[in-house]
Amino acid sequence: MQSTSPNFTQNAKDALQDDPLQAALAKLTDGFPIQRLEAAARLPEFEDLRDEARDIKTHVLENLDLYLEAYEKKVVESGGHVHWCQTAEDARETILKICQNANAKTVTKSKSMISEEIAVNDFLEENGIEPVETDLGEYIIQLRDEPPSHIIAPAIHLSKEQVADTFRDAHTDLEKDRPLDEPRALLEEARAKLRTKFLSADVGLTGANMLIAETGTNVLVTNEGNADLTNNLPRVHIVIASIEKIVPTLEDATTILRVLARSATGQDISVYTTFCTGPRQLNDLDGPEEYHVVLLDNGRTDMIGSEFHEMLRCIRCGACLNHCPVYKSVGGHAYGWVYSGPMGAVLIPNLIGMEEAQHLPHASTLCGKCESVCPMRIPLPKMLRRWRERQFKAELGSTRARWALKSWVWLVKRPRIYRLAMNMSVAILGQIGFRGRFKSLPFAKGWTSKRDLAAPTGDTFLSQYHNGARGDQSGELIRRGGRK
Amino acid sequence: MSGRDAILGKIKSNLDRPNDLESKQAIQNRLQAHQKNLIPQRGELNQDQRIALFCQEASRVNASIVELVHFDEIPAAVSEYLRTHQLPAKVKIAPHKDIASLDWDVNTSLMIEEGRGAGDDGVSVSMAFGGVAETGTLVMTSGPETPTSLNFLPLDHIVVVRAHEIAGNYEAIWERIRDVQTKRGCEGTVPRTVNWITGPSRTADIEQTLLLGAHGPQRLHILVISEATT
Repeated sequence: MQSTSPNFTQNAKDALQDDPLQAALAKLTDGFPIQRLEAAARLPEFEDLRDEARDIKTHVLENLDLYLEAYEKKVVESGGHVHWCQTAEDARETILKICQNANAKTVTKSKSMISEEIAVNDFLEENGIEPVETDLGEYIIQLRDEPPSHIIAPAIHLSKEQVADTFRDAHTDLEKDRPLDEPRALLEEARAKLRTKFLSADVGLTGANMLIAETGTNVLVTNEGNADLTNNLPRVHIVIASIEKIVPTLEDATTILRVLARSATGQDISVYTTFCTGPRQLNDLDGPEEYHVVLLDNGRTDMIGSEFHEMLRCIRCGACLNHCPVYKSVGGHAYGWVYSGPMGAVLIPNLIGMEEAQHLPHASTLCGKCESVCPMRIPLPKMLRRWRERQFKAELGSTRARWALKSWVWLVKRPRIYRLAMNMSVAILGQIGFRGRFKSLPFAKGWTSKRDLAAPTGDTFLSQYHNGARGDQSGELIRRGGRK
Repeated sequence: MSGRDAILGKIKSNLDRPNDLESKQAIQNRLQAHQKNLIPQRGELNQDQRIALFCQEASRVNASIVELVHFDEIPAAVSEYLRTHQLPAKVKIAPHKDIASLDWDVNTSLMIEEGRGAGDDGVSVSMAFGGVAETGTLVMTSGPETPTSLNFLPLDHIVVVRAHEIAGNYEAIWERIRDVQTKRGCEGTVPRTVNWITGPSRTADIEQTLLLGAHGPQRLHILVISEATT
């Protein structure tokens, strides 16, 4: 997929002016984070399970090559095929070849971020094969030719009116003035349309939430049941997954499943958790006759052992998006590529290049909320800072910002001068602030055009400390601030 | 160089592990031992508590549950369900010995068909491998008597589960699946499909409005059978 990440600044501005998007994002804020808290509260062991889940993936990554070999062996033993693909192009070609060998006209798909990453839909279409997304949200955005704006809620940015318009444009065989005001009517229409696709598809293409080395199994998690109709009904089942999806055993997968849905939607477990292994077995009445796994690298082996190694623990739950003040303000499309939010800001530069995605590591206040909710305890803020450091070293970013940073570094390395400068600025700003605040300040328009900046009052922290001032029990010494 | 060798080689060189052979053995051991990790307390209950928690959790996610004593009460319970929801008297049942052998003529107007699922199935009856109390989850395994398509194509899914096969936690089910496979002479394998089903199908993809019956069943009805025979 072609990225619009270089335009992040403009994308974000547009998103802030987009009223339907802002309404949708406001709903997101009220929903998932609260449900996550409630689910965690119902499970006293939640924090311990997060530790275990993290340790499992840490262990896997330290032995990833060995686990991949063990996994491959089991897939082959169960009658499946494994295709190793270094690049997106390799993966697309491999999938096309399997489809062509199966004489496929229609491919049903259940939601897969990796398939977005390799842009397989466009490629299949170019080659005369119809790909049909079956997750309701993915189906909607496929009709609109848009990328997903959230990992687990791809059409989160749309209103039901927009969905209704989309369906009217796409389903031209149905009566023009049929009522589509209610979400239920929209669902019924999509269900009927997709049911015929499920039944006629020649190939089913799914992602994988995990790959289990012990048994050669892929795990699929959905609430709709679309991944099940996708993997069970067609003659051929293709799984597309990136190499870091491996976990050792069924028990390890189970531990991760205990934190996945709780972190994502606040459900204790998703409605359907499915474990597929190989093609149908002797005397089975249904299931695919062929089973293929396309294992994708696409930049991940470069992350192994790097500063971004820990990012490979990610299980794509979306919790960091749901809790990120930046994501909640601009939505997923502003990030300009397949992923978004804090995990996207760390991962995207790894996959499409630091220069192309240079704005994304700055799309964060480094408030730390993402790390605090990440079920795999990935240090996202630390890695965002790593990208910022790398960019500075590579001389990316505006001259003004670089100059400001350099001056700052010069200053903080000289404590005496720093303190003197601070004391002076605090005194001067405290004097000239009007009623304790500034309505505008040079170099701070980004802040003051939206709200007042509080003027400093009293002395700096250090001078107060030297003069014997100490906080009360709550640790609060002074609390002041202003808003327009 | 093949893609496989390139990927594995790159991982190996980036990892820089001290002793490969030792690691390989450690991993084989770990896979064979498949040790349990932390199991939440709510997954460690006695049989009565397990069934109570299973029913409570399953109804919390919109499943309906009826507790029966004997298998032969199933046809009447299914008829009752059809009446309650005003559904056509037509049911697709799993070709499972414990279900197909029941006396379905108890309701003479009931049309019974046996086999895998079809696109226009309205109501299906299938047999669970077991249940998991901690989340009110049904576990279904694929096989000649238990086609997976029956779990997803109908609009109404009725599932039979034996009370004593409701486990406290998922791990206990994995253990049972391994035992069953070993007894069948398929040690170290799993059925083609294992489904954990927790409530009926749903979506919240349109404005985060929760709707049941997205692609799978709109209703999930569970019959818990307490008689201990198998």
